[in-house]
Amino acid sequence: MIAWTIYITFAGALLLLFLPRIFARWIALLTTIGGLALGLAAFVCTPIADLAHFATIVRVPWVSALGIDYHLALDGVSLTMVLVTGISAVSTVLFSWDVENRQNEFFFWLLLVVAGCYGVFLSANLFLLFVFYELVIVPKYFLIAIFGSTNKEYGAMKLTLYSFFGGMFVFIGILVAYVTGGTLDLNQLAQFQFAPGLQSWAFPVLFFGFAVLAGIWPLHTWAPTGHAAAPTAGSMLLAGIVMKLGSYAGLRVAMNLFPQGFQMWSKSIAVLAVIGIVYAAAVALRQSDLKFVIGYSSVSHMGFVLLGLATANVLGVSGAVLQMFSHGVIAALLFAVAGRMIYHRTHTRELDALAGMNLSHALPFAAFTFVIAAAASIGIPGFSGFVAEITILIGAWKAYPLAVWITGAGMVLVAAFTLRALKQSFFGEAGSGVVRLQEGRVALDPDWNEQQSITAAEKIGACLLMFATLVVGVYPKLLLDRIMPAVEAMRFLKSGG
Amino acid sequence: MSYLELLKLASPEAIVVITALVVLTIGLTTGREAAGATVSTARPTGNAGSRSSTRSAALCAFVAVLGLAVAIGAVLMLPRNATLFGGMLVITPLTSLFKIICIVLAFFTILLTTSEKSLRHRGEYLAIVLLATIGLMLLVGSEELLMIFIGLELLGLSLYVMAAFDKTDLRSAEAGLKYFLFGSTSSAFTLFGISLIYGMSGTTGLAAISAKLATASVQPLLAVGIVMTLVGFAFKIAAAPFHLWAPDAYQGAPVPSAAFIASGSKVASFVVLGKIVLIGFAPVHGSAAWHGMVAGWSPVLAALAAFSILLGNLVALAQSNLRRLLAYSAVAHAGYTLLGLVAGGRDGFSAALFYTTTYAITLVGAFGVVGFVRHETGGDDLSNFSGLCSRSPLMAGCMAIFMLSLAGIPPLAGFFGKFYLFRAALQASPSHGLLWLVALALFGSFISLYYYLMVLKFIFVDKQAEAGADHRSVMTDYVLQTSAISLLAAAVLLLGVMPDILAAQILAAMP
Repeated sequence: MIAWTIYITFAGALLLLFLPRIFARWIALLTTIGGLALGLAAFVCTPIADLAHFATIVRVPWVSALGIDYHLALDGVSLTMVLVTGISAVSTVLFSWDVENRQNEFFFWLLLVVAGCYGVFLSANLFLLFVFYELVIVPKYFLIAIFGSTNKEYGAMKLTLYSFFGGMFVFIGILVAYVTGGTLDLNQLAQFQFAPGLQSWAFPVLFFGFAVLAGIWPLHTWAPTGHAAAPTAGSMLLAGIVMKLGSYAGLRVAMNLFPQGFQMWSKSIAVLAVIGIVYAAAVALRQSDLKFVIGYSSVSHMGFVLLGLATANVLGVSGAVLQMFSHGVIAALLFAVAGRMIYHRTHTRELDALAGMNLSHALPFAAFTFVIAAAASIGIPGFSGFVAEITILIGAWKAYPLAVWITGAGMVLVAAFTLRALKQSFFGEAGSGVVRLQEGRVALDPDWNEQQSITAAEKIGACLLMFATLVVGVYPKLLLDRIMPAVEAMRFLKSGG
Repeated sequence: MSYLELLKLASPEAIVVITALVVLTIGLTTGREAAGATVSTARPTGNAGSRSSTRSAALCAFVAVLGLAVAIGAVLMLPRNATLFGGMLVITPLTSLFKIICIVLAFFTILLTTSEKSLRHRGEYLAIVLLATIGLMLLVGSEELLMIFIGLELLGLSLYVMAAFDKTDLRSAEAGLKYFLFGSTSSAFTLFGISLIYGMSGTTGLAAISAKLATASVQPLLAVGIVMTLVGFAFKIAAAPFHLWAPDAYQGAPVPSAAFIASGSKVASFVVLGKIVLIGFAPVHGSAAWHGMVAGWSPVLAALAAFSILLGNLVALAQSNLRRLLAYSAVAHAGYTLLGLVAGGRDGFSAALFYTTTYAITLVGAFGVVGFVRHETGGDDLSNFSGLCSRSPLMAGCMAIFMLSLAGIPPLAGFFGKFYLFRAALQASPSHGLLWLVALALFGSFISLYYYLMVLKFIFVDKQAEAGADHRSVMTDYVLQTSAISLLAAAVLLLGVMPDILAAQILAAMP
């Protein structure tokens, strides 16, 4: 049943090509809600025991010439990812409710990205997974290049080429696994014993290919530019889900197929992850564009995911999966505030300019949302970010104690730049007087009626995301119960000892 | 062997020949005066003349398309296997399949001519297209060097005329001349190579050559023969460094001619090249694996492939004319396709054939869109494509499918083609010996994404330079052409989503 998340999303995208414009956003909304509902239904209905292994849902022969099956499967990890995709997708559509320009086309590309993400998270065949993975890349280009803002064509091209650059290595890795293992089925390949010599070079090719999309340092530079250039919906999807494709596929494919290769390289991954966490946080501290701050924070938070994966123990990896969920929600929320609630009304994202506007009075709801998002992002207990990061750090303590110390310092930086952004954007020195507005930018009227400023669609979207981060933060067992058995079943843990 | 039986086995070719003659006659008897009148009086008020010439052109196209359809039927009626005169005419499932593919490509090329204004004397043009199609069918259906050479010449001479057909355009003349000079030189190389091979083996049948070469060692003379033959074909498929004719021919020739040169000619050349190296030269295969290179034809092809991929992709980056860009990308695609032949075997050959077929379909479509834009804006530079998506969303969408398929983005045919090819190449030699070539090809397709995306950027992102003059009239003129293009785009999508339709056919047809 959960396979229908993919089909209805594609069907929605196709419908958008043919139906007139007035239906566009409703179709997009219904489609994404349908996807979320299916995800939730699977979450409620599937017994937890069934989620411990990658169980087949659909399997039909596809390309007989190469022995490729259309094979979808589900376990706790993919279910978590499907859920976060659904949540982000619905809120994304809500936050792009009043896109004016080429609406059908906008939602068409958007739904293609979402459908591709569902596909990646559910694929149990390497070829199928790669098809969906690459399918996500091109719609992103159009989303950003047509509908984006700052420096959009540059950002879009950079992001696309980086993704495709990673994809090139993934392609090689997949071919090598296929030719050596003789099958493309992930479950069968996960049983296959690859020669250690092969693993030692095939693992990094595959893993770092995927990790480009996860924003691993030093190949992360596409992320901030891409996020800043993208329209709000684009950044929400990009930071919320698309970056997770990289880390998810790295876990599902690279680590599962080449466990010995993973052992050889896990230390390097941990080093790069820690550098990423600290470096990106430090850079974020110096940014003057709010979207760049959040863009770098995404890189920093994705560093936690990679660190979790590198620990190679159940806690660390489960924490990484939880962090993928948590960051998917939080990043979407942060970008929604920055790109939609603030930029749409003030036409600036410069922190200095915002500081003079005293937005917390003009946009109290936005301020409230941003405070929640910032708290979740910093890792205040009670929000999902805290649970995820603490799980990762506990896991990492067993494997790399030194990394935990450095990361701890990094977390202070994360708190610093988040609070700085929060203070500057919403709680600037009130009445500091002259706000120098650039041409075309509109000053906010402090007495603006809040009802006018934040639309209902935005409120619903923001509430959905805040609800998600709170529920998982307060009761993480909900997800961890499903993630941990699935992670335990993965091969790299067993041979890793 | 009675003549009746021979005629039965050669019936598809015979039908196309007859169609060509009929089309020529119709063109000469009906369209001639009218077309002559328009030329001599230089756009007079005579509407009647141009109308009758339009009607004659439509009749010619109709007869040609009908003839091709009958020819497809005839191919389907052929027996499964037959060999005539020691391989001069061979009928196998593979040759039948590729005869059909060649005919279909000619079919779409003819549809593209229907609204091409620059082609006077439509009957003659269509007759030449049909003659070229016979060349393709002979090439595909022969396993004998002399017959192959005759097919090559028939195809080549027809294509030279097609390239130079637009007498009002200087570029068309340049295209024709360049194509002719390079093409005839390459023919000379091929003939020289063939004669050496014949001298070494004493026979011109591919199977017999293979049997002879199996016992002989690789002598310098044989190596020269092989290299010469390959060089001739490298000209035909526009592999670097023998690609220099391609950019000018693609840019200058009338759009349908360029489409046919890029599609039909390429498919048939790859079929023949594959047969020659995999059947005829099988014993002197050699190896192109990274540390285990052994002399033979496969290192030569590997070098050609590597050079084509690098040069084609890098030079395509700098093009500002879409047709030139397609020409350089064609060089790169020839390089990818060669990977399949280097890999060899059933897998490699069928991968190469799948790739070149889908590529041909894609390029006919892409040239169709070029023709549309040319008609609409009067040029085919990238800037002419700005804002196409607001002028004609359908054509823009089709172009997106074509370009992304060429770039190898799923779920389009080009992606599966690449996967199939690269997998065959990687599987061919033990311990991933061809990984270097596969990695290079992947790097090439990474580069190529940039320029294909630039084309789409012009179409989708950039604003239109000036308002489209009379978009409606263009659409109604082009209704046949746009439906043909949409059909091709649908085919590219379908072959990507369900590649089995073609891949299983090719694989089953492999000997």
